[in-house]
Amino acid sequence: MNRILTSTILIAALAVSACTDPSRFGAGGADGVGTNVPQNGGIVPGSANDPSSTAYFQQAVGDRVLFEVDQSTLTATGRATLDGQAAWLLSNSDYQAVIEGHADEQGTRDYNLALGARRANSAQEYLASKGVPSSRMRVVSYGKERPIEICSEEACYAKNRRAVTVLAGGLTS
Amino acid sequence: MNIRFLSICLALLCAVALPYQAQAQDPLKITIDEGIIEPLPFAVPTFQPESAEAGQMASDLARVVAEDLIGTGLFREIPASAFISTVSDFNASVQYADWKAINAQALVTGAVNVQGNSVNVKFRVYDVFSGAEMGNGLQFSGTVDGWRRMAHKVADEVYSRITGEGGYFDSRVVYVSETGPKDDRKKRLAVMDYDGANVQFLTDSGSIVLAPRFSPSGDRVLYTSYESGFPRIYVLDIGSVSRRVLESADGTMSFAPRFSPSGQTVVFSLTTGGNTDIYTMDIASGASVRLTNTPAIETAPSFSPDGNRIVFESDRSGTQQLYVMSATGGEAKRISFGEGRYGTPVWSPRGDLVAFTKQNKGRFHIGVMRLDGSEERLLTASFLDEGPTWSPNGRVIMFTRETQGAGGSSTLYSVDISGRNLRPVRTPDGGSDPSWSPLQK
Repeated sequence: MNRILTSTILIAALAVSACTDPSRFGAGGADGVGTNVPQNGGIVPGSANDPSSTAYFQQAVGDRVLFEVDQSTLTATGRATLDGQAAWLLSNSDYQAVIEGHADEQGTRDYNLALGARRANSAQEYLASKGVPSSRMRVVSYGKERPIEICSEEACYAKNRRAVTVLAGGLTS
Repeated sequence: MNIRFLSICLALLCAVALPYQAQAQDPLKITIDEGIIEPLPFAVPTFQPESAEAGQMASDLARVVAEDLIGTGLFREIPASAFISTVSDFNASVQYADWKAINAQALVTGAVNVQGNSVNVKFRVYDVFSGAEMGNGLQFSGTVDGWRRMAHKVADEVYSRITGEGGYFDSRVVYVSETGPKDDRKKRLAVMDYDGANVQFLTDSGSIVLAPRFSPSGDRVLYTSYESGFPRIYVLDIGSVSRRVLESADGTMSFAPRFSPSGQTVVFSLTTGGNTDIYTMDIASGASVRLTNTPAIETAPSFSPDGNRIVFESDRSGTQQLYVMSATGGEAKRISFGEGRYGTPVWSPRGDLVAFTKQNKGRFHIGVMRLDGSEERLLTASFLDEGPTWSPNGRVIMFTRETQGAGGSSTLYSVDISGRNLRPVRTPDGGSDPSWSPLQK
C-alpha cells in the first residue's frame, strides 16, 4: 500500500515538473514509474517516444548540426536536420529555442567566439527561412568554452564544431 | 593590500653622491638586446634588521629581491655559503675584494626597520668590479602586510640601475583561474602579484568569465561574463570588487574588451546577426561608435599607447590576419603577411611592437613584430599558446599555454621578448587569459 502511494505521488510530481520544464522529464523518465501508468497508445508523455517532448526533439529529430573546420556553412546533413527541427518547432509552437554555437579548441578564444556566433546564426537563419518566427529564437556563442568531447583529435573536434538547438518553455497550460 | 608608501626618498642616504670611479673595468651594465648568454652574478646578503621585530622580514625581503632578479633570466645569485665577507652594518664600507673574489659583479645590501605595522627598507647597489656604489641609497616605507611590494620596489630599482630599463616587479596580473576537466571547466577571475603571490578571487565560478583586462591605472578590470546567459562586458572595481555590466542591446553578444589609454573608453567586439565588428564605447555614458563594418570577423582590438590607433584581427582576407586602423575607424592596413594565421594582437607599452598569437601547421606560437609587420619573431611553440600580455616595461610577455588531450589544462607562462627565459608562473590552480597591470604607484 505504501509503495503504491509513493509511486502515485512521484508520478504527480513528475507531471507537475513536465509543465514547467520538459527537459527534466527526459529520456530517463520513461522507465520505472512510467510502466505503472495507463498509456495512451504506448506513448509516455515527455519521453523520447512522445513526439512533442524535448527528448524526442533531441533524439529523434536531432538537436545539433556539425560544421567543417573554420566553416559556418551548413552541410547537406545539417540542412536535413534543420528541416526536421523547423517542422517540429512549427508544430510545437509553445517552445522557444536558444541556438548555441560552438567551436573546437584549435583557435584563439576571441575568434572562436565569433566563429561560434556565425554557426549559430547559420542555423537560426535556416530555421527562419523555413518559417520559424525569429521571435522564438535566440543565438549565443560559447566559442571553445564548452566542448562535449575532450580529446585533442579530429574525432572529438568534429563533434565540438556544432550548433545546438536548446529548447525552453513549452507545455505552458 | 592597503599599502601606502609614506616616502620614496631619492638620494638621501648618502651625504655625498659618489661619482663612478674611473676604473679599468667598464661600469656594470646589462644591455638586454645584445643577446646575453651568461646571467650576471650578484649577491644579496640577508638585509640588516634594525629593530627587534625586523629579523624575519629582513630575511624574507632579501629573498624576494633575489627571486625577482633571478626570475628575469638576466641574473644569477651567488649563494650565501660562498660569501667571504658578511655585511653587519648597512653604512659600513664594502669590502670589494671579498665580493670580487667570489665573482659577485653586483652586490645589493639592505636594512629593515619594523615598528608595529610599519616597515622601512633601505638598500644600496654596488658595482663590485668598479668598486663603486651604483646610484644612491634609497628607502621605502610601507606596511607589514605590503612587505612583498617593498621587496619588488627594491628589485625594480636594482634591475633598472643595471639594465637601464624600467622595472616590472611591483605589478599585478589579473587572470582566469581554472579548475575541473575540459568538459566541465570552472572559471573565475583572480588577481595576484606578478610572481603569483597574494592571489585574490574576484568572482565566483557560477558563470563563464573570459579575458580580464586591466585599466591603465590598475584600479579596474574589464572582462566578459556569461552571467546573463549571453556574453556581455563587465567593468569591475578591484578595490570594492563591485561590478556593473556595460550597455548592450538585447540579442547581441559583446566580448574582447580593452581600455583606451585614457581609461575612459573601451574598444570591444560586438556580434549581431552572426557578424562580429569592432566598436568603442564611452564607459560613463554608454555611447558607442562602430569602427568596422564588414561581413568578416573583426575582433581582439588593442589601442596604441598614444590612443590614436587600434590593432586588431580580421579574417576579411580569408584567414585571420592583423590590421591597424585609426582609433576612429576607417581604412585598415594589413600588417601580417607570414605563413599561417595571426590573432590576439596587443600593442606593446613602448609602442614599437605588437605581440600576437600565431597558428601555423597545427602549432601555436606567441610572437612579436614591428608595427609595419617587419622583424617577426616567434618566441614560443606548443600545442596551444595564446593571449599575450606585456609587462609594464615591455620586456616580458605572459600568456596562456594549454596542454593537449583529455587531461589538458591551462597554465600561465612568461617569456622574455628575446625568446629566452620561458617559465611557468605559479598559480594555485590552472590559469588563462592573463593581463598585466601597469607598474604600481
